Amino acid sequence: MNSILKVSSLCFMLAIMGFSSSAGAVDVTVAGSTTVQPLAELLAEGYESFTDGITIIVQGGGSSVGVKSAADGTADIGMASREVKNSEFEEHPALIVHTIARDGIAIVIHPGSGVSSLSLEQVRGIFSGEITNWNEIGGENTPVIVVSREEGSGTRAAFEDMVMDDELICLGAILQPSNGAVRTTVSITPSSIAYLSFGYMDNSVGPVSIDGVAPTVANATGGSYPVVRPLNMITLGQPSEAAAGWLDFILGEDGQAIVVSEGYLPVN
Amino acid sequence: MTGKKRLESAVKYIFLFSALMSILIVVMIGIFTFREAIPAFREIGIIKLLTGTVWRPGQGQYGILAMIAGSGLVTLGAVVIGVPLALGCAIFLSEIAPPAVRSFVRPSIELLAGIPSVVYGLFGMVVIVPLVRNIDVPGNTGFGLLSASIVLAVMILPTISSVSEYAIRSVPKRFREGSLAMGATKWETMTKVILPGARSGIMSAIILGLGRALGETIAMIMVIGNSVIIPFAASDNPLSIFLSRARTLTGNIAVEINYATGLHESALFATGVVLFALIMIMNSSARMLIGRKKWEK
Repeated sequence: MNSILKVSSLCFMLAIMGFSSSAGAVDVTVAGSTTVQPLAELLAEGYESFTDGITIIVQGGGSSVGVKSAADGTADIGMASREVKNSEFEEHPALIVHTIARDGIAIVIHPGSGVSSLSLEQVRGIFSGEITNWNEIGGENTPVIVVSREEGSGTRAAFEDMVMDDELICLGAILQPSNGAVRTTVSITPSSIAYLSFGYMDNSVGPVSIDGVAPTVANATGGSYPVVRPLNMITLGQPSEAAAGWLDFILGEDGQAIVVSEGYLPVN
Repeated sequence: MTGKKRLESAVKYIFLFSALMSILIVVMIGIFTFREAIPAFREIGIIKLLTGTVWRPGQGQYGILAMIAGSGLVTLGAVVIGVPLALGCAIFLSEIAPPAVRSFVRPSIELLAGIPSVVYGLFGMVVIVPLVRNIDVPGNTGFGLLSASIVLAVMILPTISSVSEYAIRSVPKRFREGSLAMGATKWETMTKVILPGARSGIMSAIILGLGRALGETIAMIMVIGNSVIIPFAASDNPLSIFLSRARTLTGNIAVEINYATGLHESALFATGVVLFALIMIMNSSARMLIGRKKWEK
């Protein structure tokens, strides 16, 4: 599915470049996390409508691709929905991280599974495969079906970072390659549990509170909801003038208003 | 040389060029995939890669045995479900159906081949997976080999049925007439004369279907669960192994390649090399099995 997306976004990009070539060259190229991508596209549109004659092109690819393309210069700005890893900093010490928004990761279950709140400890136990039956955590006597993202996903990396400590996600988990597919899987699979970006939550899945704190934007902004990750823009050294202009816009009032309207948390 | 002759030789070379091009492309893909896979073969080791049961790229563990088992079992399942169905279609179309019915049924079957695989996947995910979940076996989620095999069986049906139908039709008419004239029933003629006569064509139809099944990716990702585990039977019935989740070789590449770097990326190319080898082994052993048509001796 991702490769289809990639090809079509490439075609789309080529088409845009064809159209805009008369208006001027591309000023800023952005690539990386598919979680940040839709937000970045809106932020690019917003900035372009404020500023004449600037063109920003946003591509997907995933968080690791985002860090890599910023580091090797294939993109002016890389997007990552997780922290930059130590190993990545060691390889490219000049990387600069600009946090543009934050995103909560919610634990969701198939609606009506009977459990409404879990501790972080219990969530860790479920995803590592130690807790295998809902009756161990106050639910019915049915096996827990763990749904997860694939290895390399920024959402998975952030979840592992903040929830799993050094435990590993069990190999028996159903893996789906996108937030959307995870949501569908949970919505049609009784007794399933997964983690999902706040931006993808809807009525088809049931939210689980962590230690009694519901996964809402308000709780995450207030700091009481614990599983919140940064959405980052990454540059190699100081950004170019055009890129810096866009980043200033994002961190300014108008940019942060777009961030909030998309269901993400502002940086300040 | 006259103009006509020159044209003839030009056309000859154009066709030769097309033939060479397709060989070149296969060789290039092979070389490129293999070259990218070399670091994985060197650092992980072929034996460890092929027999390792744990796939955790983040922890540096790269074993693809679970994926080989997954691909093998899902293909087996698809063949068991799909081949009888496809052969039934082929026999119906070539031997039984009156022309009016045939002109309606055949395009419908061919239409199946035109449906994009992501649509099959979606259908499988929202229709077949919930149905399969009704089978009462512990841990059965509906996502797994059985759902994937059913989806795959439908996907390979048009290929197998149309190639088999062609093979059945190309059995000389005199065989059929001779058999019926000797007093054999229609059923006897079918099973003892026509199907054996079309054997090699039907075998190649099945091989074509197998190739399609092994290579299918998107639809599989959506219904098989993608867990990296060696499929196991969860109840006393050994058939419940088909309710187990699994991951296919193709799915392994497609799910992770977007994010993969370094050794992880190379290991995914190595997965591709294994897939390549499997398909080549299958095709060439099929070629040996098929043999020549009997009446051509």
